[in-house]
Amino acid sequence: MVDAQYFGDGLTNLNPSDLKGKLIAIEGTDGVGRSTHIEMLQEWLEVQGYGVITTGWTRSNLMSKTIEMAKEGNILDRWSFSLLYATDFADRLEHEIIPALRSGFIVLADRYIYTALARDFVRSGNRQWVRDVFGFALVPDLVCYMRIDVETLVLRVIETKGMNYWESGMDLRLGSDLYDSFKKYQSLLIEEFDKMAKEFHFEVIDARQSPDEIQAALRSKIQPLLTTSLQSPKLPSDHLIQPAPSV
Amino acid sequence: MSEQPPPARHPHPYAGKLITVEGIDGSGKSTQLQLLHKWLESKGHRVFFTEWNSSELVKETTKRGKKNKSLTPTTFSLLHATDFASRQYHEILPPLKAGMIVLADRYMYTAFARDVVRGVSPEWIRKLYSFAITPDMAFYFKVPIETAISRLLGGTRGQFKFYEAGMDMSLNPDMTESFRIFQSRILSQYEKVVEEFQLITMDATKDIEAQQNEMRRLVEEALKDYKPRRGTHGRRTVFWRRFDEPKPE
Repeated sequence: MVDAQYFGDGLTNLNPSDLKGKLIAIEGTDGVGRSTHIEMLQEWLEVQGYGVITTGWTRSNLMSKTIEMAKEGNILDRWSFSLLYATDFADRLEHEIIPALRSGFIVLADRYIYTALARDFVRSGNRQWVRDVFGFALVPDLVCYMRIDVETLVLRVIETKGMNYWESGMDLRLGSDLYDSFKKYQSLLIEEFDKMAKEFHFEVIDARQSPDEIQAALRSKIQPLLTTSLQSPKLPSDHLIQPAPSV
Repeated sequence: MSEQPPPARHPHPYAGKLITVEGIDGSGKSTQLQLLHKWLESKGHRVFFTEWNSSELVKETTKRGKKNKSLTPTTFSLLHATDFASRQYHEILPPLKAGMIVLADRYMYTAFARDVVRGVSPEWIRKLYSFAITPDMAFYFKVPIETAISRLLGGTRGQFKFYEAGMDMSLNPDMTESFRIFQSRILSQYEKVVEEFQLITMDATKDIEAQQNEMRRLVEEALKDYKPRRGTHGRRTVFWRRFDEPKPE
């Protein structure tokens, strides 16, 4: 990552140009099949000899429990929510993503800060604040956006796991029931993702295709990033801030 | 979620008043705020008190992070901002809108001084708190480092706490020495903050009573145009309520 950089005010203790790995973010609204495809990508990359770690939204050691508690109703304002997501992201960035990139791993991120931006944008008139909050995030080498239209999404979600409160944006009171809310909320999110796709140069992948076609499209976008220097990386150390061991 | 407090650095539009205190550990700010609280209530005002890093959700998380020693300057800072956001929404905004006086022990200025010493970007931390309501009065209790040390060692607590001494920063293995280095750096950041945000500087080396008289005089002046929401019933009981010991910070 020679041209690695931060979105805004970065981490003062880390120069991102020391990072050798590749950071690939897979974005898309709820129920679009991100995690299945990430599993397949990991398999595909590992078979070729690349070291891969995956990192998932709200899955940090520090915050996953806290965010669950917050969703149970302890926190309702958009500032706290965005900051909870930011804390989760910072914990993963400093303890998982950066150490792995430093050791030359490919990091597959299931969702990235664009998810937090979209969710905050639909709740707020001020679009700058949340961008500033996530200023310390690394700009990924590649963002694949699995795009789906809301009609297809609705059918897919109903057929699989059903609609839940947060994925329906019920806190925004957009509709009188779960279905109406879900549809309106997800439409707003898709709108925001579409805008960001232009601004941040996402690779857009049509997620209405068959799983095989989607996977092939993802691989074709990732392929150009792969170089032999990425093969057999050193194990990532879990210690951030200290320099990587020079073994 | 539709509620949008105005951007910081602008006076807030609410009927109530927001008064905050700042200062390093051992500056005596909490004692002063408690005395002010008592005085305001004795004058019949409705007062609400809120304290830095006190929301349950965030306290639990911070405890977990400290236990695994996994907190970094960035996550530390973001957790405090989360706590603040949650308290602003649940504790500060409602009483302000209801026309009450809100007293805050530490405010965003604590983050501007302390988090920057721990190593986050000064620009970033200010943007993080740009949603914060601007206080009507923000006091800064200025004290030399040696006075703070002798108060903490000789007074109510008798020892330093791990994080307030900045022991996580490996500045010095000796706790007193570490406290001296860490808190001195915070003092110099506070100096910048005082100027940037026009905080009211109080001489915290004076007697408790002298400081309190000065503080009450300034607050009384600031409240001249304030239409107090006086208590209707049950207020007399307040005079019989026992006030808690000053809490350790």
